[in-house]
Amino acid sequence: MQNMEVDQMQRQYLDYIKSLFLEGFLDGQFLQLQQLQDENNPDFVVEVVSLFFEDSERLLNDLTFALDQKGIDFKKVDAHVHQLKGSSSSIGAQRVKNCCIAFRNFCEEQNIDECLSCLQQVKQEYCHVKNKLETLIRLEQQIVAAGGSIPTMEFSF
Amino acid sequence: MARRNFGTQVTALVVDDNALNQKIHQRLLESVGVRNEVVTNGKEAVDIHCHGKRFDLILMDMDMPIMNGIQATKELRSMGIGSMIVGVSSRCPETEIRKFMESGLNDYHEKPLNTAKLNSILHKMNPNFTSNNK
Repeated sequence: MQNMEVDQMQRQYLDYIKSLFLEGFLDGQFLQLQQLQDENNPDFVVEVVSLFFEDSERLLNDLTFALDQKGIDFKKVDAHVHQLKGSSSSIGAQRVKNCCIAFRNFCEEQNIDECLSCLQQVKQEYCHVKNKLETLIRLEQQIVAAGGSIPTMEFSF
Repeated sequence: MARRNFGTQVTALVVDDNALNQKIHQRLLESVGVRNEVVTNGKEAVDIHCHGKRFDLILMDMDMPIMNGIQATKELRSMGIGSMIVGVSSRCPETEIRKFMESGLNDYHEKPLNTAKLNSILHKMNPNFTSNNK
């Protein structure tokens, strides 16, 4: 019975992670990170994801502050977006990264309205991917707690 | 395995101010047996060499506070440091990459670093090295 439960959880996990790739939330970089996790580094992905959350929340706060100023310093805004693009790229958060690419273009144009719109978009995409990653990690923890191992996904895109 | 054997002979310095990138680069290097240390900006990279430490490979970020990757690379080369210095950045414009290369890099890779990029760096360091990874 327990094996059936673990099988079911593993299938659910694989279906879920596959959907994250198909919907564009994650890209191949995330699989790279999973491949770096092993018995000597069992919490690598969780640690990296946590750092991404910390980085992103700090940068989104900095962006909100920077775009709320009377005289907007677009160089500063661009620098923050560049960092966020870097972090999201490193974790494989594809949609967040793509938002940042568009955001940087509007920084270059010094288009305040579009920058504010981009900020809302990137906040939304970050919330989505944060929820998805937290769910994924929860599923992994449930599998491990039930005595199973986390299945690996083949990436054939 | 040829890849892991060569890796265990290499030492590396990760120069990056971002904790997320530090962690990923360190783990990538460890996965092929490369012993490594981390510093958080270009000045620390120069200082560690002033204290006598040497590394076969330096992964150098471009944008860092206090001293950026371009300045740090120039400084290291002027000190006579002959290590393989690989620029790793998410900067895209050709002009910026060229400027970085001209500071004294041996190679440049766009972030994020991954297994394939690291294998290509190790292959450049040792042409006899071939990856056993798919």
